[in-house]
Amino acid sequence: MPSAAPAVEIRGLVRRYGEREALSGVELSLPAGSTLVVFGPNGAGKTTLLRVLATLLRPHAGRVSVLGSELPGDAWAARGRLGLLGHEPLLYSELSARQNLRYHARLHGVGEERIVELLDAVAMTRRADEPLRTLSRGMVQRVAVARAVLHEPELLLLDEPYANLDPAAIELVAPLIGASASGAERTRELCSHDPGRGLAQADLVLGLRGGRPALLAEAATVRASEITELYR
Amino acid sequence: MSATLGESPAAAAPAAGAPAARRGAGFGSTVAAVLRKELLVELRTLESVPAMSLFAVTTFVIFHFALNRGSVEGDLAAGVLWVTLLFAAILGVNRLFVADADQGGFDAFLLAPVDRTALLVAKVLTLLGFLVALEIVAVPAFSILLLAPPVGPALGGLAATLALGDLGVAVIGTLVAAMAVRTRARDLLGPLLTLPLFVPIVIGGVRCTAPLLELTHRSGPPARWLATLGVYDLVFGLLAFALFDFLVED
Repeated sequence: MPSAAPAVEIRGLVRRYGEREALSGVELSLPAGSTLVVFGPNGAGKTTLLRVLATLLRPHAGRVSVLGSELPGDAWAARGRLGLLGHEPLLYSELSARQNLRYHARLHGVGEERIVELLDAVAMTRRADEPLRTLSRGMVQRVAVARAVLHEPELLLLDEPYANLDPAAIELVAPLIGASASGAERTRELCSHDPGRGLAQADLVLGLRGGRPALLAEAATVRASEITELYR
Repeated sequence: MSATLGESPAAAAPAAGAPAARRGAGFGSTVAAVLRKELLVELRTLESVPAMSLFAVTTFVIFHFALNRGSVEGDLAAGVLWVTLLFAAILGVNRLFVADADQGGFDAFLLAPVDRTALLVAKVLTLLGFLVALEIVAVPAFSILLLAPPVGPALGGLAATLALGDLGVAVIGTLVAAMAVRTRARDLLGPLLTLPLFVPIVIGGVRCTAPLLELTHRSGPPARWLATLGVYDLVFGLLAFALFDFLVED
């Protein structure tokens, strides 16, 4: 059950790339423990929003608060409490899954036992010592999921998390990136192109088109056809 | 367009009593973690050190024929050695952040609750290690292919001079590589920005090394030029420390 305190609060967010406004006019408040699902065609600004919330891109105007920290000034306080699973796995292809996870675990001050637990959870123990470049994309995505949740983040930012995964792998990773993984309350922002799966997980739905919000409503009130309309 | 979800007026304020920032690894542990990762990647790929070493040896061979001399000494020897080492170093500088930029390691590091200058220190140490490895190959090769006097008596002074020069190259190289790697023209920008900044290192390095490489080997490196190299290292070290956080930010 989501609590009332907003984990993410956005007021009048603007982010530009050069002269082009990649994101503008976004206003929302997401309570801790809720899931925001963002829909929109390619180039709509979904990944930009995700990277702003991840503190990797500065907002150019407006107010953004993540886990009680104002961005960009207090971004340092939010880092370490959020996990990012983007298009890129954020892993070194020459290193093995275990070496990659060990590197991230050291940065986050996480113990070795968590690595063993996660490799087991994503069924990668047997191939944990092979360089990632020798693994399939689906396997790398499983390791990327393990990396994103390694430090048990309070806010999980997910960009099409099931990309490259077969149904069996989706079953493996779903509990790790779910709303109540590890029993703790977890807030999630999820970019998706799949209305069925996205709406099933959402508490709040944001639809973006051309960098501007075209739909913003509680998930219970949104029909799949409204999502499909965003892509026309 | 605006929407809230289950929000009470009290909850609209920034989360009061929000959990404190999580602490990641300490400075030393972060440096060690990045350094270990850098060495693992280099051992797996063998991209930087072998390329730098091969470049240096090939350049000595080219100098051997281009100068049309069997051997060199003094100023000329020092110039050939330093120019070759600095050009070889640029190969390492250009590769320093490529894996991080291309495979998302930069973002992953920025998401960790650690001191970002630890990345600077780890990268400087990495490049320093690459330069030492390069010189372990290049100096004997230079001695065999081009150098007239025996290198043995000059080794102590040469090591001290190279150490000071390497530190400057590593600091400047890391700073420039961090700047260039996020640009589309990184392969051009790296050398274009690095070479002018290397000029004082060449001057200081050659002035220190020339007396060591004379046939008579009359004296050690001049203290004045060693101090100049040291001051240059210090200035760029402080500059890098002050600027690095801004360079890696969006």
